[in-house]
Amino acid sequence: MKSWFNKGEHWIWLSASTVSISLILVFGLLGMIGYKGLSHFWPHAVYHVEVLHTDGSQEIIVGELHDSKMKDVEDATAPSGHVEIPQYLFKVGNRDVYGIDFRWISSTDIVGGVKALEPNVMVIERYEYGNVYGHLDAVTVNGQTESDPEKAMALLEQQVEMGNQLISDIRYIEKIEIGAINYKIEGLRLEEKKLRSQDAFTAEEAARLERERADYQKQFDVFQAQTDVLYQQTRTLGEVSLQIAGGKQLNVPVKNIVHFWQPNNMSLPQEIGFFFNAMGNFLMDDPREANTEGGVFPAIVGTVTMVMLMALFVTPMGVIAAIYMSEYAKEGTVLKMVRISINNLAGVPSIVFGIFGLGFFVYILGSSIDELFYSYALPSPTFGTPGLLWASLTMALLTLPVVIVSTQEGLSRVPRALREGGLALGATKSETIMRIVLPMTTPAIMTGLILAIARAAGEVAPLMLVGVVKLAPELPLDMVSPFVHLDRKFMHLGFHIYDVGFQSPNVEASQPLVFATSLLLVLIILSLNLGAIMIRNRLREKYKSLEH
Amino acid sequence: MNSYAEQALDKALKGPAFDKRVKRRNVKDTAAKFGISIGGVSIILAVLLIMFFLLYVVLPLFVPATVEKQSQYGLPGSTSETTLYYGVDEYQETALRFTQSGKLFGFDVNSGQILNETTLPLNGQQISSFSIVSDLDNILAFGLTDGSVLIAKYSYDVSYPNDKRTITPKVEFPFGEEAIAVAPSAIEKLSVKVQDSDLVMAYLLAGSKEVVVKQFEKVESMLSDSITLEDGYQGSFVTHSPVDWLLLDGSMRNLYVVSKSGTTEYYNIADIENPVKVQHVNMLDSNESLTTVRFLLGNYSLMLGTDKGNIIQWFPVRDKQNEFALHEIRKFSAGTAPIHTIAIEKARKGFATTDSNGQFNLYHSTAERHLNSTQVSEGEAGFVVLSNRANGALVETQSGDLVHYLIDNQHPDVSFSSLWGKVWYEGYEKPDYVWQSSSASSDFEPKFSMTPLTFGTIKAALYSMLFAVPIAVLAAIFTAFFMDKQTRQWIKPSVELIEALPTVILGFLAGLWLAPHMEANLPGFFAFLVVIPLGIILFGFAWSRLPRAYRLMVPVGKRAVLMVPVVFFLGWLAMALSDPIQNAFFDGDMRHWLTFSAGIDFDQRNAMVIGFAMGFALIPTIFSVTEDAIYNVPAYLVNGSLALGASGWQTLVGVVIPTASPGIFSAIMLGFGRGVGETMIVLMASGNTPLMEVNIFEGMRTLAANLAVEMPEAAVDSSHYRVLFLSGLVLFIFTFAFNTLAEVVRQRMRRKYGNL
Repeated sequence: MKSWFNKGEHWIWLSASTVSISLILVFGLLGMIGYKGLSHFWPHAVYHVEVLHTDGSQEIIVGELHDSKMKDVEDATAPSGHVEIPQYLFKVGNRDVYGIDFRWISSTDIVGGVKALEPNVMVIERYEYGNVYGHLDAVTVNGQTESDPEKAMALLEQQVEMGNQLISDIRYIEKIEIGAINYKIEGLRLEEKKLRSQDAFTAEEAARLERERADYQKQFDVFQAQTDVLYQQTRTLGEVSLQIAGGKQLNVPVKNIVHFWQPNNMSLPQEIGFFFNAMGNFLMDDPREANTEGGVFPAIVGTVTMVMLMALFVTPMGVIAAIYMSEYAKEGTVLKMVRISINNLAGVPSIVFGIFGLGFFVYILGSSIDELFYSYALPSPTFGTPGLLWASLTMALLTLPVVIVSTQEGLSRVPRALREGGLALGATKSETIMRIVLPMTTPAIMTGLILAIARAAGEVAPLMLVGVVKLAPELPLDMVSPFVHLDRKFMHLGFHIYDVGFQSPNVEASQPLVFATSLLLVLIILSLNLGAIMIRNRLREKYKSLEH
Repeated sequence: MNSYAEQALDKALKGPAFDKRVKRRNVKDTAAKFGISIGGVSIILAVLLIMFFLLYVVLPLFVPATVEKQSQYGLPGSTSETTLYYGVDEYQETALRFTQSGKLFGFDVNSGQILNETTLPLNGQQISSFSIVSDLDNILAFGLTDGSVLIAKYSYDVSYPNDKRTITPKVEFPFGEEAIAVAPSAIEKLSVKVQDSDLVMAYLLAGSKEVVVKQFEKVESMLSDSITLEDGYQGSFVTHSPVDWLLLDGSMRNLYVVSKSGTTEYYNIADIENPVKVQHVNMLDSNESLTTVRFLLGNYSLMLGTDKGNIIQWFPVRDKQNEFALHEIRKFSAGTAPIHTIAIEKARKGFATTDSNGQFNLYHSTAERHLNSTQVSEGEAGFVVLSNRANGALVETQSGDLVHYLIDNQHPDVSFSSLWGKVWYEGYEKPDYVWQSSSASSDFEPKFSMTPLTFGTIKAALYSMLFAVPIAVLAAIFTAFFMDKQTRQWIKPSVELIEALPTVILGFLAGLWLAPHMEANLPGFFAFLVVIPLGIILFGFAWSRLPRAYRLMVPVGKRAVLMVPVVFFLGWLAMALSDPIQNAFFDGDMRHWLTFSAGIDFDQRNAMVIGFAMGFALIPTIFSVTEDAIYNVPAYLVNGSLALGASGWQTLVGVVIPTASPGIFSAIMLGFGRGVGETMIVLMASGNTPLMEVNIFEGMRTLAANLAVEMPEAAVDSSHYRVLFLSGLVLFIFTFAFNTLAEVVRQRMRRKYGNL
């Protein structure tokens, strides 16, 4: 045994285990995010629990089981003076009736088991007030009540489908059509302000603006009338009445229903269908109820737009700086120091870039731009406030070292012989670089760019200062010219996680959504990183053959 | 044929077309060269701009105040009278002078030209005493010879005739134009303070030794919006030391009776009918005497001016028995001439003094800064007042002139000592490091101590290094030295995968999942530290006793894979031990036991959570660089050692690690630098309270998290804004220095290996 220790065998085992610990941590974490994120989409079974309260009152709880924990309770009869009693967290829904969605129930109060399924229970997801759990009683359409269960289900399905169609029509008109008109009317208002500030607001101009405004107003009225009709139609969709736990009757208007399902009656294929459907809704819907329900579509659009703009800024900047440093600049102490500085800039905390962005881009550059070009709109700032442009510029600065370093590495990997060959054939230096060296460096530039994008997509701290908001009224990207609105604030997946996880009033209700968002973000970033690794490997293969 | 080709070539390579093309290509080449050079240099400069921009924002903090003489003119109104007070408007255009005879002169600040002139309604009496009720609300009180008190409030009418701002000073009487009859004879000393619902005055009648304290209720009239005062409680006490100043503080509970020699009687008048003497104290050295006394902004601190040119700040401090006593807090001294007047700023804890040598001095109390010294005149400088925004001052001279100064003093409240040292703030029991940047009240004193934030930053980084360094370094050693190529190929990217995880996700998991779990299973997390290493060694030893055939099934290089289920089981075992340990040692609940039996404070989001979560985030940085360093140690060194009979581990410790140690050092530096700057994990899982406790069960606030929390709300160019930029600069320099050190060490090592 002594020799075993003397040989240092125990250290080898310990060091081998630290690798295992790291692996368990990484894959455990990914597994947990994956499991918790995906289970958000799976239809949860709804249980039926009878509760006998200590005061003797009896209650029936119908809901999804979301969590359990052990709670210490003092008990004089136990040897340690304590016993551990399991507690269960039920999502009971019906917030408009019960007041709360989630309830902790102690197992001592539960009569019978926890795992009794509630047969034929129906779950309805609503646009407001969360889910409803109850038994379908009847569906009433146009005063006619259908209470035969199967017919009622079929009728409800049809009505909800109609309702969803109507609501998406309304959304389209309100957001896209009316949104565009509002944007144009706002443009006219700004134009008027601009003309006034230039003292060019003549009677003619006034008349023209008034005419245009009247035009838009007319279009607006048309759309308004259309939505009024649609709204009227949603009101005639009828309502569904349900028997909820506690013996109460709950009437839900069909227009409030997102969708409904009977989780305990589903077959496996149906469950799988539900799963993918829920996932699709999560990706394509707008958030509801202070971001705690619905989807993350605006956050995806915001993240992607910001990152793409950033790539647009960072690629030329990084490539030019790298070409300058490796091909044109004189080797020497200065260049060496610049290289070290740029390398180190990658290690400077991102929040420092954030305050730079806020102090320099927003407060100095933005305010100057406002004063020069948008002075008519002051005091409401156009660019003198955090927004998409400044966020992507800040991120471009933050990721610039990544692109520069990667491009330089690529440039240094291009064999000297190729460069000399080009020069020997009479090409100028710039031609050699543009035609021979740069094309061979493209994979390296791509790698750098992808890594930069992955970093920018996951970074939150600087964005909190330069343009991200919890709820943006408009997307930064839409169908109204100039299509990409650089001055708008936007939503971001990472900030969404921070905001919903920490600032929302109903943390328990929002946690599954945060896990789902985390999963999405992790998947995006991991796939970007894997892409970068694959490109890097392919690049190495390519040059291996050149070196011989 | 050949010659034909040559001819064709000649034709193509000679002649004007060819020359033109060469020229064009050369021009293009030069253009590219210049374009790329200019572009490259400007991008590099732009990147380096970050550092200079931070400096540019921070520097004004340390720019000294400037005082510039704007104009000088004869005292407006009668020059022979003593001035009681000046009021200056927001824009420094007009001012109002109150004189001893009850006259008021409104005048233009720049020219001294009199704008209007009125007289206080004194009813034929003389002003025998004077008290500033509120500097912020411009309320003054005059004690008259018939024992009545007149309370006046001055203000300014702003009008825009012909689009030009015109300001007219005026005076109002909030409690009626009639002086309130208080006492039968002349009031010699007076101090009045007013709050929302009541007014308290303390006075001393001429020739008497009895100080009377009187409280009045404010009553709003039902018919008009005028306010009248109704008599409330009354009390009195007799004092034996001479009374030169009576000072009632802003809380209306503390009354100070101060004499010229510096002896002070401190009375608690919370119960007005029974004033209690709290303390009798001599505030000065025996050979010094007081020339002036007044409150600083907030009516809490006493500022004493002496005949030796010192200004001393005193305020009441609560001791452990919950009793108050006056303490000397700090002392300022810019000269030796007796202080004439002390004037205060109305938004910050700054003040100005004049002395009998004609000096005008500008100070800030909490920052302990002497900001400026200006010679006003040859003789004594007299009465001084600072304008509302502290950007101007009016100073009287001995020769009967009034001098108007413009002051540029943006950030007097920040100094090296206020940023990094202990500061004794008003209402605190002792000097302390405090970060508290904003509050709702208007006379709030911002507390900008960077020490707790820096401390929190280092605490967070160190606790996470405690977790990350052993795991990352050992894992790197195994991966680089023992692991076979095949396994290494996928293990290394797997560990480096952590780097790609967004920290906001780690922070979310740490704050909402890990923190409550850790709180519930605290002993389990400590059991990890014992159970896992012990279990691993036991398993390893047991493995070595296995028959050779089984042992050979898993070569050394694959042990990391073998250990995955073992470590998993050990982790489960440690967690399962949590409850038995709690029951055996901690009365069933460790968290409860910590707080109530051991007396250790416990926050759910604490340094231990940060240690685990941020430590996890630091693993790839340290792992990756260490692994490279060890992997690059030349093979013949290793082979030589092994050939001489050393075991694998002995070779590692004796040969490989010493060779690779600069690399390992630079890995640790890089990890530390990253830990210092990490924002989201700390923001979400540390509780964000700026504490100065080493306790692992308490949270902290780091520089980076503080920036994320406070930056969006800081007003541009305010002291707060610049101090936040300063903390950004500190972070920048800190990480930049660490990274540079690591980089230099690494490069040196690379050169060394090149020689080997």
